Amino acid sequence: MSTETDPNSGITGGDADAHRRRDRRIRRLLFGCTSITVLTTVAIFAVLFDNTFNFFYDVRFHEWLIGLVTEFRLFPEQRVAITEFLFDTEWRPSHADDPRFGILPLAAGTLLVTVGAAFVSIPIGTATALYLSEYARPRTRKYLKPTLEVLAGVPTIVYGFFALTFITPNIIAPVAAAFGYDVGRFSALSGAIVVGIMTIPMVASISEDAMSSVPDELRNGAYALGASKFSVSTSVVLPASISGVMASYILAVSRAIGETMAVALAAGVTPRLTTNPLAEIQTMTAFMVDSTRSTMLVGSVEYQSLFAVGLALFIMTLAANLVNDYVKRSYREVYR
Amino acid sequence: MAQHESDSLITTEVSAAETARSEIPDETVLRAEELDVYYGEEQALDDVTIEIPDRKVTAIIGPSGCGKSTFLRCINRMNDQIPSCRVDGSLAFQGKDVYDEDVDPVALRRKIGMVFQKPNPFPKSIRDNVAYGLTVQGKTENVDERVEESLRAAALWDEVNDQLDSSGLDLSGGQQQRLCIARAIAPDPEVILMDEPTSALDPVAASKIEDLIADLAEEYTVVIVTHNMQQAARISDKTAVFLTGGNLVEYDDTATIFEDPEHDRVEDYITGKFG
Ligand SMILES: Nc1ncnc2c1ncn2[C@@H]1O[C@H](COP(=O)(O)OP(=O)(O)OP(=O)(O)O)[C@@H](O)[C@H]1O
Ligand SMILES: [Mg+2]
Repeated sequence: MSTETDPNSGITGGDADAHRRRDRRIRRLLFGCTSITVLTTVAIFAVLFDNTFNFFYDVRFHEWLIGLVTEFRLFPEQRVAITEFLFDTEWRPSHADDPRFGILPLAAGTLLVTVGAAFVSIPIGTATALYLSEYARPRTRKYLKPTLEVLAGVPTIVYGFFALTFITPNIIAPVAAAFGYDVGRFSALSGAIVVGIMTIPMVASISEDAMSSVPDELRNGAYALGASKFSVSTSVVLPASISGVMASYILAVSRAIGETMAVALAAGVTPRLTTNPLAEIQTMTAFMVDSTRSTMLVGSVEYQSLFAVGLALFIMTLAANLVNDYVKRSYREVYR
Repeated sequence: MAQHESDSLITTEVSAAETARSEIPDETVLRAEELDVYYGEEQALDDVTIEIPDRKVTAIIGPSGCGKSTFLRCINRMNDQIPSCRVDGSLAFQGKDVYDEDVDPVALRRKIGMVFQKPNPFPKSIRDNVAYGLTVQGKTENVDERVEESLRAAALWDEVNDQLDSSGLDLSGGQQQRLCIARAIAPDPEVILMDEPTSALDPVAASKIEDLIADLAEEYTVVIVTHNMQQAARISDKTAVFLTGGNLVEYDDTATIFEDPEHDRVEDYITGKFG
């Protein structure tokens, strides 16, 4: 093709339409793939909501809607009061005479493990990130960063097993005994520690990414003012990367809220409204695994309670994600 | 070549402040002797010997890559941050070799401030930016007064005194650079190093900084790297010309360098014939 004499050559031409059509096809294909995740999320929420309705009332939500339209059946019969679900302090869905459905003990169990885990993962994860980003030699970092990522990929049941067979008998039990306390096979503390350990790599890795993207000009500016490495790390790098660091904390927390196998193995299966970390508890997720394995009548209140707990869990993680978004926006990385 | 006709080269307009400074006899504050710097195998400075006078403005000029920034970073040991960097020879600050074992680079940098080419305020408030050096150096008394004083000295106070709590990043480039100057002088160092402090700024902002440098020299020793000959001629008392290979080719009073340089290569460089 000659480009020197013909001014039109190469930039016009009959291919334009074909290119446009192909772009459109590809865009539709990619959109199709994207919509799978969106549809799944919507479907999960719909199923949870539909069945949760059936926990509180004697019909599912869509059945009620149909009834409303065809037979003007306005008020479904209540099975569990929303106030009981939210405020009752007992969770004993399979009790023969007096079943009670207060989510507080389960939510408290989840909260206890999550907060405890945050006390482990946030300080250790942040310190690890600071070390990797500011102190470690490039060679050390080259080997440590992938190790962290491997640790993040270990199946959580392995962590649970580790808690059950190692952390509780070898660490928690002797320390508690030294202070005159008795711990059983399961404890909230054990769950908190193991979930904390499990989420350290996530905090460390994401925070480290945020810290290493702080431009060197800022570090140099601080060094030139006679700042020590520690001041540079804590008073320049950390604040400058705070949005990424906070995001890592919130991800770790929502991971802890949703964590299942490790807490089921480590923290136990006894719903209990307590703040005692040495007690056996049950988290929302652990209840769900535990009861899907037992025999229940589909449609029974006990069975439907699974969905109610699931929906509550969904809302909690969603809230964590919204907080994450908010934090990201309000602490945006301003130096760019 | 008309070496003695001053109009063939850049003329040096001498400011009143500069004339006053030239009355003071030179007292050396920084002395480099046979200074060699390497980055790995590559040599960036070759046998540099120079005496920089106290409370004067010393300009460092030369083509890109000749080692100006390297020399500046040697003075406050900022090149400690570069793992491949190695320094030979001696560089004394007030008679003490800064590369001696017992010198603490953190303490050294508290005496020798630095302003960088690209304004680099911290993502903090204007006040915290200026106070940063005071804070890390443990000078926690009269912080507000020191902040005001420094902002005044950096000719920024009138523009920002009603927004000290807003972010330093919300300022314009020229204001940010003056903020960085205020930040550098707040802890009251002896020497201020400036690496092309106006190259990222427009001419108006640049000329403000130039005026500022003239004032700073009454209290501080200023060493400034610049690519701008007119700027070097206007603001400096002494000029050092580095040429390719990391050699200090000529070092003299600014007027001599610009009106009657000894080396043809220096004259060629100054008149823009090469480099
Ligand atoms: N961090 C570094 N690592 C390796 N080599 C470097 C480094 N910094 C500078 N150099 C090399 O050292 C030499 C001098 O660089 P320097 O930055 O001091 O030059 P300069 O005179 O400041 O140039 P410019 O006017 O472009 O800023 C150059 O050859 C450069 O490639
Ligand atoms: Mg440079």
